[in-house]
Amino acid sequence: HYAAAQKQAEPAVLQPTPQPKDDFQEELVVRPLHSGDIYASFQFRTLWETDFMRGNKVSHYRLFPKSLGQVISKFSVRELHISFTQGYWRTMQWGQPYLPSPPGAELWVWFQDSVTDVDATWKELTNVLSGIFCASLNFIDSTNTVQPSASFKPLGIGNVTDHRFLRYATLPREIVCTENLTPWKKLLPCGSKAGLAVLLKSEKLFHSSFHSQAVHIRPVCQDWQCKTTSWELRQTLNVVFDLHNSGQGKREWSLFKMFSRTLTEACPLASSSKIYIDITDNPEQFELSPATSLLSQAMVLGDRRTFSVYDLTQQDTFGSVRSLNLLIRWKSTEGDMLRPLLHAERYVAGYGLQTGEIHTLMYNHHPYRSFPVLLLDSVPWYLRLYIHTLTVTSKGKDNKPSYIHYQPSKDRVRPHLLEMLVQLPPNSVTEVTVQFERALLKWTEYTPDPNHGFYVGSSVISSLVPSTVAMDTNSTRERPLFSSFFPCKEESSYFVRVYTEPLLVNLPTPDFSMPYNVICLTCTVVAVGYGSLYNLLTRSFQIEEPSPGLAKRIANVIRKMRGVPPL
Amino acid sequence: MSGLPGFLIDDRLHFPSCPSQGGQRFLVEMAAPLTLLLVLAVTIRAALFRSSLAELIAERVEVVSPITAWKRVVEGLALLDLGVSPYSGDVFHELADVITAVALYMAVKDYNKQVFRKQKFALEADRYPLDCLELIRSPKEMYYIPLKVAMFYLLNPFTILSCVAKSTCGLNNAVVALFIFSTIKGNTLLSAIFLCLATYQSIYPLTLCAPAMLYLMQRQYIPVNFRRASFWWFIAQYLFMYLGSLFVLICLSFFLLGSWDYMPSVYGFILSVPDLTPNIGLFWYFFAEMFEHFRLFFLCVFQINVFFYTIPLSVKLKEHPVFLIFMQLAVISIFKSYPTVGDIALYMAFLPVWSHLYRFLRNTFLVSCVLLACSTLFPVLWHLWIYAGSANSNFYYAITLLFNVAQILLVSDYFYAFLRREHHLTYGLYLKRKDGSEATLVLK
Repeated sequence: HYAAAQKQAEPAVLQPTPQPKDDFQEELVVRPLHSGDIYASFQFRTLWETDFMRGNKVSHYRLFPKSLGQVISKFSVRELHISFTQGYWRTMQWGQPYLPSPPGAELWVWFQDSVTDVDATWKELTNVLSGIFCASLNFIDSTNTVQPSASFKPLGIGNVTDHRFLRYATLPREIVCTENLTPWKKLLPCGSKAGLAVLLKSEKLFHSSFHSQAVHIRPVCQDWQCKTTSWELRQTLNVVFDLHNSGQGKREWSLFKMFSRTLTEACPLASSSKIYIDITDNPEQFELSPATSLLSQAMVLGDRRTFSVYDLTQQDTFGSVRSLNLLIRWKSTEGDMLRPLLHAERYVAGYGLQTGEIHTLMYNHHPYRSFPVLLLDSVPWYLRLYIHTLTVTSKGKDNKPSYIHYQPSKDRVRPHLLEMLVQLPPNSVTEVTVQFERALLKWTEYTPDPNHGFYVGSSVISSLVPSTVAMDTNSTRERPLFSSFFPCKEESSYFVRVYTEPLLVNLPTPDFSMPYNVICLTCTVVAVGYGSLYNLLTRSFQIEEPSPGLAKRIANVIRKMRGVPPL
Repeated sequence: MSGLPGFLIDDRLHFPSCPSQGGQRFLVEMAAPLTLLLVLAVTIRAALFRSSLAELIAERVEVVSPITAWKRVVEGLALLDLGVSPYSGDVFHELADVITAVALYMAVKDYNKQVFRKQKFALEADRYPLDCLELIRSPKEMYYIPLKVAMFYLLNPFTILSCVAKSTCGLNNAVVALFIFSTIKGNTLLSAIFLCLATYQSIYPLTLCAPAMLYLMQRQYIPVNFRRASFWWFIAQYLFMYLGSLFVLICLSFFLLGSWDYMPSVYGFILSVPDLTPNIGLFWYFFAEMFEHFRLFFLCVFQINVFFYTIPLSVKLKEHPVFLIFMQLAVISIFKSYPTVGDIALYMAFLPVWSHLYRFLRNTFLVSCVLLACSTLFPVLWHLWIYAGSANSNFYYAITLLFNVAQILLVSDYFYAFLRREHHLTYGLYLKRKDGSEATLVLK
């Protein structure tokens, strides 16, 4: 959608070179949120027209990072999506994000169909990525990897849809910090020395309510006939600054306040470098300085938004001081936020450490349209789901899913995978409940802090949500009748992915200080059994002769030595 | 001379033989109390099924284990066909209990007849010393034993809990009871088939092969002697029938399910103990706290422990195969990998058959107190660990240990009493020492 937005605003600039063409674009979108927080989304896109697959040895890397290029060619990756997130995106307060991501680390990869052993390749790939991003992705193994059958379709071109080549894993416990940001910044052509990446300083970025950095690699079409394909690498960084923590309570944001830096120049290698400020909510509500006359409109997430554009490739953007510090000041705090149409929550119900129930609630806020959603749940094997207790209810009535794909878990080998297609009625809450039993694990399988609990990864809810603007007759009044009967393709529905909260579940624990004691005590009981039965099997009854006193016994011994009969 | 049975004629003991008419009258007389007992048992279970306790009981770990839980059976069925409503099947479980009780009743009745006959022949051959006449059993005291066995099984709180929890243990017990009944009746083929069914469900009844073979050889007057060809021939026959039916069953399962997956998932599950859900046995906490390096070693030790007592016990008790069955069942129930109270109820049902050993038991008070206390403490400490959070797993584990020690004590006590009675029947009841004073017997 952003590609569409950019093409509407300005034609994309491609500089033809004799080398395989590559192109770099950077942009920053700033969206003031209704609660006074501010949402900044960086996107850095590198397009490279080359073919890793057909045996050409690529040795000259210019804008595309070499580490990722080698990863793609060595592991025959078709698409790679990895994200590291700290914090949980609050949909009801902040609206929908441009690029959703679950808390922790998430990695999903489509492999080429030339790969013979996908599991081995996946294992190697996770270890290599763990090294590239300085993250502990090596914890991804078969116990938290699943193969979703419907929720994660390829985002780039390609006709392989056999989900044997798809792997999805999430690490909800993963923490994001400066160590992960630094290698991420190194992948950018300008590094953090010029352009928008100058703003990415960790002391401010991690002092925020939400921080997410991601890398997306996919093949895209070079032209509209798709005769040639190129590889697209998108690095995205989403951050939400809190009004009270970073904003000191004042509804006034500036680039310096957010990032403790100002911009001085665009990245020289970038063909386009822009900042978009979302001023749709009420153009009079915000005061932007320095003012700009460039405006752009785009359909984003089912809503027509207006943006003020600052073009960093133009020298006069920086003014006489040769630095750009955008200031956004609220003038009033009125106005409604557009309520997100799809929203989800998840929690664990029940008490005690034996059983529990997972409840997933999905809210459909569309006033009159129902739409189907795909729910993907991956539950670790030690929470034993009872799928016959699965219930889906909407508005108090049973709502049978039209498609259920369930893969049961295998102890210590793979997790549960549950995918369902549920139709959400308009203006309703749909509740999905399933009971589970908690397992007692071997004492070595617990994490170092076992009473903290075990994390269950976020559920993924994917859907094509119908847009509310589609039926708005105001927008169709100027258009001829022959084109306004059916909702226009671009406005009718948009793709949304919502992640629920991860769950924290406590398991019963054995006493970790007692392995030796337990072994001794249990072996004692077994020995008691063995001992009594051994006695009864090997001994026989005899009449007991009372044993003589000590003196007599000694006397008998002496008499035996003398050869005289005993007393 | 008082206290002797009242039919001492001419210094020899006469027992009326049981003609077939008397036998039929016997049957009719016993049918009424048995039916009453069955009706009472079914009523109790039906009442509990309808009450709200049924769900509570079905979740108790002492009553259901991962291999017997009905919830898992339903889950399996639900996975086979998503959308099929689960089968509730109360009647199915009550029926299993009734079958077990009736089979045990008839088995014990037949066994009593055999005991009588052997005793009569031994008396006529003057094999018993005269002062042990108190130990001779009379029809009057043995009249109610089959009913008592059925009652011990049906009205045992352990059995009732097991049935109400819809544990598949009731089904296992029914098959074992049918095996015992067909063995005592002398039907070799049926005995092999039922034993094969019992082994198919859980591997441990394999050890019951030995007592079955010993009993059937005794019944057919084949001497238990390694040098005799008839001994080996009978063993070959029995094993052929047993292994043949086992082979047929396994192939049938393969064709029904379409793959060999069920073998590692059922037998591998029982043998390798991957699921450490707490139960009343010794395995779960032991393997939860085991060092990884030694896991395989101790797994083998614990599993061999169940099978290990078969041969020594068979050698010692080759003249008394039914007591051997009782001992084997007890050993299996105590040392198996996922025991439940239903398994205990099965061997406890046999205790009335050995009621004549009461005078030689040494630890009745201790054992009964400990068993009662542990049975009441199990749910309390489970609640404290899992729900209240004020205890930890050690509390529950301690009660498990105590419960198993009490069971071991019970079984070894009965074994001691049995061996002692046999000793007295050979050497006389009132033994004197060399100097004429009262003697005490010890095991040396």
